[in-house]
Amino acid sequence: MNSHIQVKNLNVFYGKSQALKNINLEIPRNQITVIMGPSGCGKTTLLKSFNRFIELDEMTRISGQVKVDEQDIYARDIDVTEVRKTIGLLSQRPYPLPMSIYENVAHGLRMHRMKKGKNEFDQAVQHYLQVAGLWDEVKDRLHEPATSLSIGQQQRLCLARGLAIEPEIILGDEPTSALDPISSQHIEKILMSLKKDYTIVVVTHILRQAKRLADYVIFMYLGEVVEAGTAQQIFEDPQMERTKGYLSGQF
Amino acid sequence: MGLKKHWQRRHVVEAIFKYVMLISFVLVLACLGYILWTVFSKGLPSLTWAMISQTPKGGYYLGKEGGILNAILGSLYLAMGGTLLAVLIGLPIALYLQTYLRKSHWGKFIRISLDILWGIPSIVYGAFGFSVMLAVGMRSSLLGGIIVLALLELPIMVRAMDEVLQQMPKDLEHAALAIGATKLEVALKIVVRQMMSGIISAILLAFGRGIGDAASVLFTAGYTDRVPTSLTNPAASLPLAIFFQLSTPFPEVQQRAYASALVLTIIVLAVSLGSRWLSVRLSKYSIK
Amino acid sequence: MYHNSTNNQQHTESQSEGRFSRPSIPSRINHERRARKVFFFITLTPIILLVGIIIALVIRTWPILEKYPLKELLLGTVWKPQKGLFGFFPFISGTLWVTLVGIIIAVPPCIFTAIYLSEYARQITRTIAKPLLDLLAAIPSVVYGVWGLVAIVPLIGNHISPFLGKYLGFIPLFSSENPTGYSILAGGIVLAVMIAPFIISIIFEVLSTVPKGVREANLALGATRWQTVHAVVLPKVIPGIGAGIVLGATRALGETMAVLMVAGNVVQVPVSIFDAAYPLPALIANNYGEMMSIPLYDAALMGAALLLLIVILLFNIISNLILKGILKRSWG
Repeated sequence: MNSHIQVKNLNVFYGKSQALKNINLEIPRNQITVIMGPSGCGKTTLLKSFNRFIELDEMTRISGQVKVDEQDIYARDIDVTEVRKTIGLLSQRPYPLPMSIYENVAHGLRMHRMKKGKNEFDQAVQHYLQVAGLWDEVKDRLHEPATSLSIGQQQRLCLARGLAIEPEIILGDEPTSALDPISSQHIEKILMSLKKDYTIVVVTHILRQAKRLADYVIFMYLGEVVEAGTAQQIFEDPQMERTKGYLSGQF
Repeated sequence: MGLKKHWQRRHVVEAIFKYVMLISFVLVLACLGYILWTVFSKGLPSLTWAMISQTPKGGYYLGKEGGILNAILGSLYLAMGGTLLAVLIGLPIALYLQTYLRKSHWGKFIRISLDILWGIPSIVYGAFGFSVMLAVGMRSSLLGGIIVLALLELPIMVRAMDEVLQQMPKDLEHAALAIGATKLEVALKIVVRQMMSGIISAILLAFGRGIGDAASVLFTAGYTDRVPTSLTNPAASLPLAIFFQLSTPFPEVQQRAYASALVLTIIVLAVSLGSRWLSVRLSKYSIK
Repeated sequence: MYHNSTNNQQHTESQSEGRFSRPSIPSRINHERRARKVFFFITLTPIILLVGIIIALVIRTWPILEKYPLKELLLGTVWKPQKGLFGFFPFISGTLWVTLVGIIIAVPPCIFTAIYLSEYARQITRTIAKPLLDLLAAIPSVVYGVWGLVAIVPLIGNHISPFLGKYLGFIPLFSSENPTGYSILAGGIVLAVMIAPFIISIIFEVLSTVPKGVREANLALGATRWQTVHAVVLPKVIPGIGAGIVLGATRALGETMAVLMVAGNVVQVPVSIFDAAYPLPALIANNYGEMMSIPLYDAALMGAALLLLIVILLFNIISNLILKGILKRSWG
C-alpha cells in the first residue's frame, strides 16, 4: 500500500486518562479513509493528532510518531504552521472567518503569500469556489459577509477556504453533522470528487455515510484501533467480534 | 515536502508579539510589586505599637507623641457601618433581580443603572452627600459618612452578588419550588444559604472599596483626633489621615503617613485575601 | 346579570380555595405578596439614587448657572472666586490632560496583557494573574498617591523631565520648566496603573466572547497565533475594546486623591506633560473647607462635580450599552 500518513506507537493522554492507546496505522494516499466507532472512542482525538490540533489543549500529552511522507510531524525542527498548511481540516460546524465570502477564500492565500495581484487572487477564489460547488450561488455576492450564507453553504465555503492553500491531505471531523441531508450529500459528493488529488480522512459515526464514502476503514473502540482494512474487508468480512457487533448495530 | 521550520517573516512577527505581550504582563505585575514594596519599605521602619494604639496627642502633627488609632477605628466604623447598610439594601436588590427580574426589561434597566452608579466617582458621591446633608441640616458625622459609603458601595456589592447568584444551580431552585415553596422563600432560605460564600466575598469586596475611599468621607464624615463615640460625632479615617500627615512639612509626620499607608494596605490586602480564602472554604459546604 | 356574575365568581373562588389550599397557604401567599412589594421598592433605590444625585447637584449648581453664561464658565481661564471670577477651563484642561496621558500610557500594555492572558497564557498563569490583578484593583487610591509621591514624582523630577527636556525640549509637549516632578505625567502614570486591572479584565472578557471554533478555523489554515489574533479575533472585538478603554477613561476622569497628591495643583492651562495640572476632582477636594465662606463658591464646586458627572455619565452609558450588546451575544 502506498501510504501517506503513518502512525507509530501513538499514545495520547488527557490529564490522567489515556485517550489513545498505542495506535499503529497507515493511511493510503489518494483514497478516502473513514475512521468510525462509537462516540468517545477517540476518533476525533486521532484525527486531531494528524494536524497537531491536539496540542491546543494544554492538558494533553503525546508520545509516539505521526509521519507524513516519512517526516515525523512532531519532530522538533518541524514548523507546526507548515503542517497545518499541508493538512487541511473541515470541522464539525462551519466557522466562517469574520470577513467577506471572497476574503474567506483569499485569506489563506494572503497569509501564506501564495498569490500576487488582484487577478491571481480573483482566479484562485473563483477556482476553489467552483471546486466546492459554491461559485454559482455566490458569484454575485462575493463581498457580502460569509455569515450571510446558509450553514450548508458555509461548510462548502470552509472547504473552499481549506483547498485554496493547496493542502495534500484533507481531514474531516464529522463534517456533515451540523448539516441538512441535502447539504450533507453535497459535501459527500465533493469529497468523492476530490480523492483523485488529495488524501482524505473523515471521522463519522454514521455507518451509512461510512459505507458511501470509504475506500479504507479504521474501526476504533475505547481509544484503540480494533480493525483497519479496505472497505470491502471491513464491511463484508470483518474479523473482530467488536467490529461485527458495531456493524450490526449493537452499539 | 517542506515541513521544516524556515524563519519567515510571520514567525519573527509572532516571536516579537509574544515577547511584547509577556513584557506587558510582567510590567503590570511589576507595578503591583513596586507599589507594595514602596509602601512596605517606607512604612515598616516608622510603624510602631504606639502609632496604632494611641490617638494623636497635642502637637502630633508637629511630630510629637501619639498615634492614628482615631483613624483606624474611624475607618473601621465607617466601613463596617457603610457595608452593613449596603447589605441591608443590596441583598434584597440582588435577590429581587434574580428572583423576579432575571430577563425582564426592568431588570436590564436596573442593572444598567447600577453599572452607571458604579462608574460615578467617589468625589461626586461626596459632593452629593454634602449637599443633601446641608439641605437637611446635618453636620459632618460618622452617620453621614456611613450613609455615603453605603451608597458608594451599593452598586459594587449588588453587581458582584448578581453575578454570584447567576451561578445558582437551577435544579436546586426548581426542586424547592416543586415542593411548594414560594419564590421568595426559595430566594431567602435556599439561594442565600447555597450562595453564602459568593455573597460574603461580594460584601468583602465592597468593604475593601469603602475602607480605602477618601474623597466621599472627606465631605461627609469630617475629621477629628478623637475616637467617635456616637453616630453624630465626626469621624477620622485612614485615607484622610495619610493625606493630612503627608501635607505637613515635617518629615517625622510624613514618615507616619507612610506607616499609616502600610496599615491601610495591610487591611485591604487582608480583606482581599480573606474573601478569597473564605469563598474557597465555604464553597465546600454547598452543593456543586 | 351583573349581580349574578359576581356571585358566580365568588362561588368559584371559594370552591378553588376549598379544593387546593390548606389553611396556611393563603397567608403565606399574602406574605409573599407583601414582601415582594417591599423588595420591589428597595430595588428602585439605584434609580432613585441616580436621579437624586443629578437633581441635587443641579439644584446646588443653579445659582452660578443663573448668574454666568455657560460658555463663560466653561471657557474662562481666570479662577478668582473672591472676585467672582469662575473660569473652569484650567481645571477642565487639567482633567483632560491627566486622563489622556493616563490612557495613552495604560492602553498598549493593557491590550497586550489581556491578549496574552486570553490567547497565549497557560491556565495556571491565568489562575495566578486573576487574584493579583484583583489586588492591584483593591489598593486604595490614597496608597497609589503615596506611591506616586515617593516613587514617581522624584523619578520624573530628577530623571525623566531633565532628560526629555534636554533632547526633546524644543517640542512644547516635552518642554520642562517645572523641576519638581509634580506634573501631568506623574498623574498620568499613577492613573495608568490604577485603571490597568480594570481595562485588562474588560478586554479579557470581551476576547473570551470570540468562539474557539473561529480561532481554530484560522489555525487550521496554518496561521500563527498572532496572525489569528490579528486577522480573526481583533476585528470581532474592536468595539468592545473601545468601550473598555472608554470605561477606563471614566475611572481616570473622576479619580481624586491619587491625582491630587501628584499632579501639582497649579491653576493654569498646561501645555507640556511636565507642567503641573489642577484637575476638577482635586479642585473640589482641596477647597471644600472654605466653599461656604465665599459667595457662589459652593455652587461653583458643585458645578465642577456636576460637570464631571455629566461627562462620565455620557461615556459610561454609551460604553455600557456597547459592552452589554457584545457580552450578551456570547450568552445566546
